[in-house]
Amino acid sequence: MRELSLSSLGSRLRDTALYRSIVRHGIADTNRNRSLIIFENLFLHVHPVKVRKKTLRFSHTYWLGGTTLACALVLIATGILLMFYYHPSVPQAYRDMKELAFVVENGMFLRNFHRWAAHLMVFAAFLHMLRVFYHRAYRPPRQFNWVVGVVLLLVTLLLSYTGYLLPWDQLAFWGVSVGTNMAREAPLIGEQVRFLLLGGHAVSENALLRFYVLHCVVLPVALLLLLSVHIWRVRKDGGVQGPPEEPEIPERGEIP
Amino acid sequence: MSTQPPIHVVESADPLETPRRVALVRPDIRPAVRRREERWVMTFPHLIVREVILLQVVVIGLALAAIFFDAPLLGIANPLETPNPAKAPWYFLGLQELLHYFPPVVAGVLMPALVVIALVVIPYARVNLTAGPLWASHPRRTAAVVGAVTFLLAALLAAFACWPIVVPTILIAGAIFTARGGESGGRLRRVLARVTLPEWIMTWFVVIATILTVIGTFFRGPGWSLVWPWNAAVFG
Repeated sequence: MRELSLSSLGSRLRDTALYRSIVRHGIADTNRNRSLIIFENLFLHVHPVKVRKKTLRFSHTYWLGGTTLACALVLIATGILLMFYYHPSVPQAYRDMKELAFVVENGMFLRNFHRWAAHLMVFAAFLHMLRVFYHRAYRPPRQFNWVVGVVLLLVTLLLSYTGYLLPWDQLAFWGVSVGTNMAREAPLIGEQVRFLLLGGHAVSENALLRFYVLHCVVLPVALLLLLSVHIWRVRKDGGVQGPPEEPEIPERGEIP
Repeated sequence: MSTQPPIHVVESADPLETPRRVALVRPDIRPAVRRREERWVMTFPHLIVREVILLQVVVIGLALAAIFFDAPLLGIANPLETPNPAKAPWYFLGLQELLHYFPPVVAGVLMPALVVIALVVIPYARVNLTAGPLWASHPRRTAAVVGAVTFLLAALLAAFACWPIVVPTILIAGAIFTARGGESGGRLRRVLARVTLPEWIMTWFVVIATILTVIGTFFRGPGWSLVWPWNAAVFG
């Protein structure tokens, strides 16, 4: 009889037909299996199987795009939990904030977590944009991915801004009033855009409901779709960009 | 027809190993093909492990922040009681600060629209793709253009008394002229001499956006008057 240890138990489990039907490759002891881990997995296959070693250095990207993505994941997780306790109506929305603070177990922690992650996401996305710019990583073939990134930044700002109204306190109400009053100044369409956004002529219960739907459904879906395109294209364009002095595209007619 | 020799599959366990391949590639098809040999590593474990660590650092950092700092909550929304000052979230306070100097249609619509358009066209503008150091060619023409643009911009902004933009604009123009002929100067001047025009413009934008946001967040009180940070109501 084979000796029963934790590691032998693990390897026997990995040999079962059930396990191999879910995960088709063996453990990561060969480069072939390490490759299979990446491209047999829906979530990991946005990565190439190999990456350039120098792009892993901290100073290469400062992990700013990754930090932005990590914030997005935290925000989705905490946001779903917060939705269990939130009613997008007046005055219940504000009462729910009080319930989070005084009734719900760890409710305040949950709200804090969501809010600080939102601030960090806006900040990290902006720094990520600057890092990409100063690396000149927008150059061909990455032009369109830069545009997708700009749209993602705008979606991030809109997500943060629509979420700002949801607590329905004075800060939320007047912060959003100031912002939507700016939209009114747009020539020709300003007034209509503002009406569409608020569902009325002032920030009201209708605006709360619209911002809630935008914040919890429309904008997150847009974010996830664009994010998939953004990350997918990074892989398709040969991974994270190198430093600026590196020769980029081969000259015409020259075999690389 | 001769039989094929058997193929031996050799599996390597060295995650740093790079097999050498010979391939004929048309340069216009695969953007990833590069001239120089580079060192490649397996994504698993090298990148995946770092990503997991990054996620953990972000989650732990945010959790600590969530434990020690509470999200703000004022009284229930009241349309009849306007707080003074009424502030937007911090990332819009630069815009709100602009509203103090310019007509609403300029500060609230024209300027943000210009910023977004400028960001979108960056990869399509020829200057961004080909730019060398600003002073590398035609230094006299460059000096004339930079001087004229700075003067016009500063004069236009000064007409609106928008000093938080005028002063950095002049300072950055000063830095641009310091960079002229900086290749033979000290370390800082050598660094400045390598900066391209798009980088100067982006740096100018970032400096101004930061200054406006900081003023709007920390130095604005009732009636949008200038106050010290300890008198300004700052909310997250």
